[in-house]
Amino acid sequence: MEKFNTLQGIAAPFPMVNVDTDRIIPARFLKTIKKTGLGKNLFNELRYNEDGSEKPEFILNKPAYREARILVAGDNFGCGSSREHAPWALIDFGIRCVIAPSFADIFNNNASKNGMLLIALPQETVDRLMEDAEKGGNARLSVDLEKQQIVRPDGEVIDFDIDPFKKHCLLNGLDDIALTLQKDDRIGAFEEARKAAQPWA
Amino acid sequence: MAQPKTLFDKIWESHVVDVQEDGTCLLYIDRQIIHEITSAQAFEGLREAGRKVRRPEAQLLVPDHNVPTTDRSLPIENEESRIQIDLLKENAEAFGLPYIELNDIRQGIVHVIGPEQGFTLPGLTMACGDSHTSTHGAFGCLAFGIGTSEVEHVLATQSLIQRPAKNMRVTVDGALPQGVVAKDLALAIIGAIGTAGGTGCVIEYAGKAVEDLSMEGRMTLCNMTIEGGARAGLVAPDQATFDYVKGRPMAPKGAAWEQAEAYWRTLPSDPGAEYDKEVTIAADSIEPQVTWGTSPEMVLPISGSVPDPSGEDDGNRRRSLERAIDYMGLEAGQALTDIRVDRVFIGSCTNSRIEDLRAAAAVARGRSIAAGVHAMVVPGSGLVKHQAEEEGLDAVFKEAGFDWREPGCSMCIAMNGDMLQPGERSASTSNRNFEGRQGPGGRTHLMSPAMAAAAAVNGRLSDHRQLL
Repeated sequence: MEKFNTLQGIAAPFPMVNVDTDRIIPARFLKTIKKTGLGKNLFNELRYNEDGSEKPEFILNKPAYREARILVAGDNFGCGSSREHAPWALIDFGIRCVIAPSFADIFNNNASKNGMLLIALPQETVDRLMEDAEKGGNARLSVDLEKQQIVRPDGEVIDFDIDPFKKHCLLNGLDDIALTLQKDDRIGAFEEARKAAQPWA
Repeated sequence: MAQPKTLFDKIWESHVVDVQEDGTCLLYIDRQIIHEITSAQAFEGLREAGRKVRRPEAQLLVPDHNVPTTDRSLPIENEESRIQIDLLKENAEAFGLPYIELNDIRQGIVHVIGPEQGFTLPGLTMACGDSHTSTHGAFGCLAFGIGTSEVEHVLATQSLIQRPAKNMRVTVDGALPQGVVAKDLALAIIGAIGTAGGTGCVIEYAGKAVEDLSMEGRMTLCNMTIEGGARAGLVAPDQATFDYVKGRPMAPKGAAWEQAEAYWRTLPSDPGAEYDKEVTIAADSIEPQVTWGTSPEMVLPISGSVPDPSGEDDGNRRRSLERAIDYMGLEAGQALTDIRVDRVFIGSCTNSRIEDLRAAAAVARGRSIAAGVHAMVVPGSGLVKHQAEEEGLDAVFKEAGFDWREPGCSMCIAMNGDMLQPGERSASTSNRNFEGRQGPGGRTHLMSPAMAAAAAVNGRLSDHRQLL
């Protein structure tokens, strides 16, 4: 997967709570057999009218945010369906980082497998970053994964936590499967023991 | 004396292959169910890397999400759908994996056929590229919904990289009142803990009301666990579990059964086991539930009214209530029983099993659906459909004016053409009332099968107990 080291860019304010993966990418776009090309339907219902024209009031349709690289979002972002099409669609649009008070578990896993950084911060901190995001192109955020820091436009530094293994994989763009296959012998030994103890399993 | 363990601890510990220094575990996955929507890119990944499927016999492939629920002898009209379903079969053949065809009587929704075939067993770990994989927890099987990258990971390595979840217990004391069922309990629990109430946790359901549930009821309850944000749901295996599993095609037989059952009886949580989070709910206080809004936590007893957002102090929450009321075309204070419906959907991995169809048919029997309402029943599998037809339930539904269809996910996810039109309102036994879930602009109210049948008959949300 693509490495994630640092990211500087426009952050779009997305204060909605419980943004579900159906909202991120509606099910009718899951008929694809590819990972790419989903960006045009990201947030489809919020973004387009029934005739396919853009809704000018939607945040990512506004000129200031069309190049957004970061979303600052509400609590429990990515809840609902396990579709990995949700991070694929965000990445295809250009979003590589989402900052929110919390994320749903499956979305969290899916994002990290695709080189996308999710940063969970207390609501008050997210609120301050949301104010920055409201300023559009005049207020870019900088994210440094190695240092685990966000730098606000005014220079204030905000530290964040991340699972050390996820950090390692993101920084190095590591393929999970290749890592696990290094433990092939242990998986084999586990299977042998399991077959002996629980032959039905 | 050994430290008392929870059901989750026992299954988890028996599947850990490796623990890294930072606490990340490699967890062995015994079984994987695979469907057409979240697997194509996983098989493509295997091909690109030149990898094989580690344990072909531990996989089971079946198309369900995107299949037509109309006449199966006709070709699939939508080209993208046809390609996706054909590709599942091609992948099964190319990698030598067990596959159930669209026209096989065993075809159906992944979370219906796993238990039906005895593929789902107590004490196992299971994964599927679908969030409602939590369903299989009804058997005391630790079952995770995963994304496509993890589907590929399981195919290649028969394992997942995970950190242990927190233990959460939801205890439901007492007995559910007459006419109140597992779906009502599931919705009431989500209403109580919220849609992120279980984040980071595996929820074990316990208490008399849970023990009293049938296996179908336990599946409904565990199915909705993901709507409370938890990684998985679990119910301790007991005699009801063993009675359901015994004799299923893929269940152990003979001496293996005896050995398995003896092991399964050791799985329930030990007395004194500790939980990170505990919630207790009184079963006798629960009424039939319906959702009014666009998140499963926006749920109320059928006797309730649409809430007034002005009472909500938190700005984000207030805006979310206002938006939901607006999207749903409702007014604050409106009685739920005044809400008229256009469509009724009885089906989905939550409520499409034989017991669900019996409950809906009991309401529909000798009645007709209201003028202007379109109602459909979509059995969870070919075998459920067959059994319902043996019991004459199809005739009951058809006489009442319901559309009796072929098995699949259908209007729960609205990928196959079974969908609401913009502005249409449904009474649905499915699991998600998100904006646009059943079609762009569609409005969904979640409820039990009997409540959905009552809505079909009355043309509005209703308390089915008044039709008993």
